Amino acid sequence: MDQASQAASQANVSSANVETIDVDAVNKKEERSLYKARVKIYPKRAKGVFRKLKWLVMAATLAVYYLAPWIRWDRGPNAPDQAILIDFPARRFYFFFIEIWPEEVYYLTGLLIIAALGLFLVTSLAGRVWCGYTCPQTVWTDLFIWVERLVEGDRSARIRLDKAPLSVNKIARKTTKHVLWILIGMATGGAWIFYFADAPTLLVDLFTFQAPIVAYSTVAILAGCTYVFGGMMREQVCTYMCPWPRIQGALVDEESLIVSYKDDRGEQRAPFRKNMDWDTRGDCIDCNQCVAVCPMGIDIRDGQQLECIHCALCIDACDEVMTRINRPLNLISYDTYVNHERRAAGQPEQKPRIFRARTVIYAALIAIVGLIMLAALITRSTLDINILHDRNPLFVKLSDGGIRNGYTIKILNKQHEIRRFEIAIEGLENALISVVGQEGTSGLTVPADRLAQFRVFVSVPAANAPDGREDFNFVVTDLADGNRAINDTVFRGPEQ
Amino acid sequence: MAHNVEKDDVTGIETTGHEWDGIKELNNPLPRWWLWTFYACIIWAVGYWVVYPTWPLISSHTKGMIGYSSRQDVVDKIAEAKAAQAQYLDRIEVASLADIRADTELLNFSLAGGKSAFAVNCSQCHGQGAQGFVGYPNLNDDDWIWGGTPEEISATIHYGIRSAHDDTRYSVMPAFGKDGLLERQQINQVVEYVLKISGQEHDEATASEGQTVFAEQCSSCHGDTGQGLHDLGAPRLSDAIWLYGGDRQALRETVTNARFGVMPDWTNRLDEATIKQLAIYVHSLGGGE
Ligand code: SF4
Ligand code: SF4
Repeated sequence: MDQASQAASQANVSSANVETIDVDAVNKKEERSLYKARVKIYPKRAKGVFRKLKWLVMAATLAVYYLAPWIRWDRGPNAPDQAILIDFPARRFYFFFIEIWPEEVYYLTGLLIIAALGLFLVTSLAGRVWCGYTCPQTVWTDLFIWVERLVEGDRSARIRLDKAPLSVNKIARKTTKHVLWILIGMATGGAWIFYFADAPTLLVDLFTFQAPIVAYSTVAILAGCTYVFGGMMREQVCTYMCPWPRIQGALVDEESLIVSYKDDRGEQRAPFRKNMDWDTRGDCIDCNQCVAVCPMGIDIRDGQQLECIHCALCIDACDEVMTRINRPLNLISYDTYVNHERRAAGQPEQKPRIFRARTVIYAALIAIVGLIMLAALITRSTLDINILHDRNPLFVKLSDGGIRNGYTIKILNKQHEIRRFEIAIEGLENALISVVGQEGTSGLTVPADRLAQFRVFVSVPAANAPDGREDFNFVVTDLADGNRAINDTVFRGPEQ
Repeated sequence: MAHNVEKDDVTGIETTGHEWDGIKELNNPLPRWWLWTFYACIIWAVGYWVVYPTWPLISSHTKGMIGYSSRQDVVDKIAEAKAAQAQYLDRIEVASLADIRADTELLNFSLAGGKSAFAVNCSQCHGQGAQGFVGYPNLNDDDWIWGGTPEEISATIHYGIRSAHDDTRYSVMPAFGKDGLLERQQINQVVEYVLKISGQEHDEATASEGQTVFAEQCSSCHGDTGQGLHDLGAPRLSDAIWLYGGDRQALRETVTNARFGVMPDWTNRLDEATIKQLAIYVHSLGGGE
């Protein structure tokens, strides 16, 4: 109210002629809610390059997930022939030509480091590519929306159906949709367990009710999660539950290609009219197509938002509109913040730089970790020994005055065939070595892909007994191929 | 306090009346899902009281519908473990020590079983690692007073040494000094001789006099060259291992007052299978003699 009208209303009051003003208290009590219930989103179907790309990625990722456990890989007679297998009872992890024992989990650490750095690299290049295309939450939500669209129709049909009163048609469609969702969920949980056992055997067991309880409960839990996450929670998982969006915010910089709206070109937005003059207005015709397709329920024209998963569907939607009204494409596009600024300052756009300090460092780190892992894999020995020196007693004095030490030696045979080994020592003068329960020192047999344990006595004559301690090596040699494993340990004697 | 409800200005929600440095707690209703979980837990608890033993009574407690008892659980588990061991124990019971040692499965079972039986019954004297103490032999070495084959070890465990059992291993060394069998001079001589045959520093002249004393008094048990005799439990003196110490002082003490170590018999305390496992385990420590 300006002063004049205030004065006027005061005048009104003074004249007892009270005027009622048409005003709404924006901050009235009911609207001061701290918590807002979720408003359901009805994403409209998008068509275009990115939608096609997303279908392809979805097909590829789902195919890998569902089919990978079925790939066979021949490892010879004493090992499973499943290419990818996490064998908990036998404590082995098989991945094609790689076999990992529990003490080698550092390979897994390496893989995780590479995966993390890979995400950093991709994110600094093109934003939330992981979220938009490959994250299981996105892929399965996309699949669930596809089913929903198949059963209930596109956006407007779905809204209508939800508003419609209960009818046979409505019940039939809703039931079909949920049944399909649950089936997908069960298939998802079902595929998961095949990574942990021989897939063909487990499949038969599963359907003949021979499978272990844990298999069924795993399927049930994962099916439930898939159903709830993909069908009900959808964008809330990304917005409220997932830590990744927060982390990614720190990974993009002003040169990252991210899905954005060119407001310099789009504004002033105004509705489309035939034969209007494009020079006096922006290209955005305020048709809200970009909002309708957005699975996160946001408006990209508001700028960068935490919710945006960079799925690029709004690009497709807007490009379609631009084609139809005959304006240049890419009003919404993958664009850098630098270009946004440059356009605002009237400068020409510049090509996004792929090689910048950030991306080069990430790439270099990936290469380094990858090389280290490769080297470790190539030089991975199929023979390993562990040596435990007896602690109680540390040494034993023999009747001839000599000193004897006891050791427990574990030989890990990581080949799929039985092997025989010879054990010897180096670096201990005049030492005698004997293996408990064995004639001589050259008949140590270790079964295929197993660990065997031997008790070994090493004794030295009184004259050679060390003062306190002496370091020496055990050498275990494969009698067939001459492969050796050397491990250092200690010989203890009385302090002199 | 219903009469004194205070409402928060900003949100219009009642406060709980709690205040910390001007910060007041809003009395927001609990989230619905939380409440449901809470009620579900209460219902669950009631069901639990019915099904499982829960409430303490004066001399007992409610038993629950399915008759579960954690004590019974332990009893069952132990019985299960016993049953699992039985297949080995039954075979060990009847097999000879040599047969057990030839069978990898039985051997490994005996080594493990013997180890735990040793920790319970033997380690108090012989030490956790069977390393022994003064007067309690080290079982890891290659010197065995009463014999170091598995069979001899088994006999020692069965009947003990100087124990109350009729079949016990028994021998007594005379207290040469205390009982006046040898002069102090002679004792010094024989000690010097023992130092000599065990390869220690000694006085040659005294030792050669001691040789005569040794031949007369000691060799009947300890052997002409001090090599010892298992049948009499006479320790070998010509080696580096001494149960009661091998220096001049300890030897003089032994010859003067003698020693009388005792090990209990275990026949009546341990079953046959356990004793066999013990014998095999003890033998494995140093590989016997
Ligand atoms: S704003 Fe665009 S890119 Fe972001 S989530 Fe929505 S549709 Fe996808
Ligand atoms: S789809 Fe394009 S033209 Fe339509 S509202 Fe969105 S930005 Fe504007």
